[in-house]
Amino acid sequence: MTVVGTPIKRREDEALLRGRGSFVDNLTLPGTAYMAVVRSPYPAARIVSVNLDAARAAEGVIAAFSGADLADEWAGPLPCAWLVTEDTKNPPHYPVAIDVARYQGDPVAVVVAESRALAKDAAELVEVEYEPLPAVADVEQALSDGAPLVHEELGTNECYVWKLETDGIQAAIDAADVVVTRRYRQPRLIPNAIEPRGVLAQVGPTGDVTLWSATQTPHIQRFVLQLVLGIPEAKIRVIAPDVGGGFGSKIQVYGEGPLAIVLARRLGRPVKWTEERSENYLGTIHGRDVVHEVTFAATKEGKITAVRSEAWCAMGAYLELVTPGIPLLGAWLYSGPYEIPNYSVTFTGVFTNTTPTDAYRGAGRPEATYVLERTMDALARELGMDPVELRRKNLIREFPHTMASGLTIDSGDYHASLDRLLEVLDLDAVRAEQAARRERGDVKQLGVGFSTYNEMCGLAPSRILGAIRYAVGGWDSATVRFQPLGSVQVVVGTSPHGQGHETTFAQIVADRLGVGVDEVEVLHGDTAISQLGMDTYGSRSLAVGGIALWQATEKVIAKARAIVAHQLEVSEDDLEFADGTFRVKGSPDRSMDIKAAAFAAHAAHNLPDGMEPGLEETATYDPANFSWPGGAHAAVVEVDTETGDTRLVRYVAVDDVGRAINPMIVDGQVHGGLAQGIAAALYEEGVYDAEGNLLTTTMATYLVPSAAELPSFETDRTETAADNPLGVKGVGETGTIASAPAVVNAVVDALSHLGVTDVPLPATPERVWNAIQEVRS
Amino acid sequence: MPDRERVGLVVNGEPRLVEVEPRTLLVHALRDGLGLTGTHVGCDTSQCGACTVLVDGKAVKSCTLLALQAEGSEVTTIEGIADEAGLHPVQQAFVEHHGLQCGFCTPGMILTALDLLSRDPDPDERTIRHALRGNLCRCTGYQPIVESVRAAAEALR
Ligand code: FES
Ligand code: FES
Repeated sequence: MTVVGTPIKRREDEALLRGRGSFVDNLTLPGTAYMAVVRSPYPAARIVSVNLDAARAAEGVIAAFSGADLADEWAGPLPCAWLVTEDTKNPPHYPVAIDVARYQGDPVAVVVAESRALAKDAAELVEVEYEPLPAVADVEQALSDGAPLVHEELGTNECYVWKLETDGIQAAIDAADVVVTRRYRQPRLIPNAIEPRGVLAQVGPTGDVTLWSATQTPHIQRFVLQLVLGIPEAKIRVIAPDVGGGFGSKIQVYGEGPLAIVLARRLGRPVKWTEERSENYLGTIHGRDVVHEVTFAATKEGKITAVRSEAWCAMGAYLELVTPGIPLLGAWLYSGPYEIPNYSVTFTGVFTNTTPTDAYRGAGRPEATYVLERTMDALARELGMDPVELRRKNLIREFPHTMASGLTIDSGDYHASLDRLLEVLDLDAVRAEQAARRERGDVKQLGVGFSTYNEMCGLAPSRILGAIRYAVGGWDSATVRFQPLGSVQVVVGTSPHGQGHETTFAQIVADRLGVGVDEVEVLHGDTAISQLGMDTYGSRSLAVGGIALWQATEKVIAKARAIVAHQLEVSEDDLEFADGTFRVKGSPDRSMDIKAAAFAAHAAHNLPDGMEPGLEETATYDPANFSWPGGAHAAVVEVDTETGDTRLVRYVAVDDVGRAINPMIVDGQVHGGLAQGIAAALYEEGVYDAEGNLLTTTMATYLVPSAAELPSFETDRTETAADNPLGVKGVGETGTIASAPAVVNAVVDALSHLGVTDVPLPATPERVWNAIQEVRS
Repeated sequence: MPDRERVGLVVNGEPRLVEVEPRTLLVHALRDGLGLTGTHVGCDTSQCGACTVLVDGKAVKSCTLLALQAEGSEVTTIEGIADEAGLHPVQQAFVEHHGLQCGFCTPGMILTALDLLSRDPDPDERTIRHALRGNLCRCTGYQPIVESVRAAAEALR
């Protein structure tokens, strides 16, 4: 029976549905002590003194420390793994600030007590004397003359400038019939995984460390913990138990992990820390916060000849794990699915007195796609062309396609996705309804917006990562192990937090080995079980980890084949393998099934000379290329022209994510991604005031949409096989990448007859209303 | 140690006594006092709904009341809605319709859904979306949750 391609139900679900999830905050060890972090209320301040006396004397308090008290504990600062240029500035960043706090929420002291509540009480008693310093929160202001410096010693707030440009870009722009230049501001987004972060640290008698962490990256954690703590990786075990969503915000190695380990070591007790939501808003990375200026050049027939983008990207106060590299993940997508011969992209990284930015779902690619797809509509208006027609005219037709920017897209059929989209959407009907409302002068106007997109994910070919100065590789690893009696254990290096890897990976292995899907057990998220792995982010788990798994499975089959050939006394070439059984070609009654081979491998009574017993193989796969999903999306919105109130009426997504191993899970990924992109278009914005105070610090002020704000989505797929053995592409981020521009394009389209050409992000009722007033006045 | 008081509750059908500080929220009494960790904490401002339980049959965010205020109440948590033999129809519907990804919001969603279905055995999409407004999910985009609740309603009728 084939299970690949079928929507089998998830094996992960039952425990979670019964309330038996192993989320970090659900775990407690005997003797656990609780940590609370004292954070700077100032966006920038010198720490004059920290008085811990009252906190230490408080009930139930075990210990309290300032940053200075702990300074000797660190073997090194929290590292940044992606310094994108030779001279990227990377000021030291420690788990607890020592003399200067540089953003609101920067840890300045820590308290450990017998309970969570007592630790919190005592944290309130820590007296920190601050000398407030001038602060800057806005990227453009941070670069202006005389701006306060986030890091005095650097003498500038500029972190780096990175450029990718083809020859002759200016000439191409000068020669164009039509040139369109636009500016866009993409605000901060706060990831808001519903499970906040958390750690539980235990140090054993020989100094061995176990850290349970709500993380996407147990392997990366282990590696970084050695750098920060000087404890050899070999003595460190990181366990990611059930993790309640991440969306990029649980990739980083935050200070609280090493801090809990240091305290556990000093106190001889396990130490647990659970982030509160209000801490999460300040202390967990944010995404986006980028200003773009982009120029498109085109012929009057609508052939795009050049794209040039300049962007100023907020780093926040420090570089987190991959902060400077986030824009680069979008650096090759400013031409998107279009054939554009001249190309220029520049990023300037900028320090501000704000929470560090880093990967949030899509990471760099939503930013690029937003700019591109919004400007496609602007160009269409300029040319007097239909936006769909303009896209069609420029969509890449042949694959593989090498872009002007240098990378090669392996596969796709963007026209097919667009055709399918128009069919599902029934564009003519939507346009007719729009025309009727305009004709009648209805208060509620209709708009339709498009986004044809592609993206690069499946991070990533190690050589390319090396070339763009990413510190580590992009491979992944898997082990497939037959137990003696025929069940199969699979160990993967990826680390899920809601994506259903256990189910999907079991489907792949069960089909290929010809065993029941329930006979395959998938293990992950514990560095003691899975030694090799590069974890889960950038839509890489299936596109990279899944291929490693495929290859390990092939190696197991190869070894089993050798055993069977030996036992049946035939040559390996005479065997064919299907449905779990090796059969001798031409005499199919001479056969042996793979479970029998597994038993023989373990009994080791009769193996080929020199063969090691056991049937277990590990494969490590380093992809040759990124993964290139793509597709076409459309949003239909209804805008109340009197109040600015905007309602998303329909959302149609047609994606090409290659072969779907489990279509139900794939749809789930698309849906979740759409919700976050739509939220960015209409609701979410992390707001700092000019002094660097975060104003959106709760779910009441930062509007994570509920079920009531979102419609049902219409999703469909077209399929081209990716250039890998499973034909699969990444899917975790497509929805987020494609959707925000489709929605805002729709809002602008609804108001275009009034003369509106732009609505800033997010398109809240107030902003929409303002945009209408501007053209009316 | 601060003063502690005893609270008597009927939790998932069983009388339980739990010692708490007067300021202890019901959610912490359930999680830390009774070890019922299926009730999750996702925020500190009573917005996410991850902590939702039934108190005397009504969905309540258990971070919005003190354990002492629940004295004498019947509390149903996610651990109490099914037996070992099989899932409750609402839980089963979440399996069938992929109503969960990471599962962190899920206990709260299920209990809110149970509350809705006890009042309205045949809710339409709008009603369900409205009823779930106080429960945030960051993974699913809600549609599969809405479908799960509709399917559960049908199964329960
Ligand atoms: S924890 Fe109760 S509503 Fe969020
Ligand atoms: S399933 Fe993850 S928050 Fe809802």
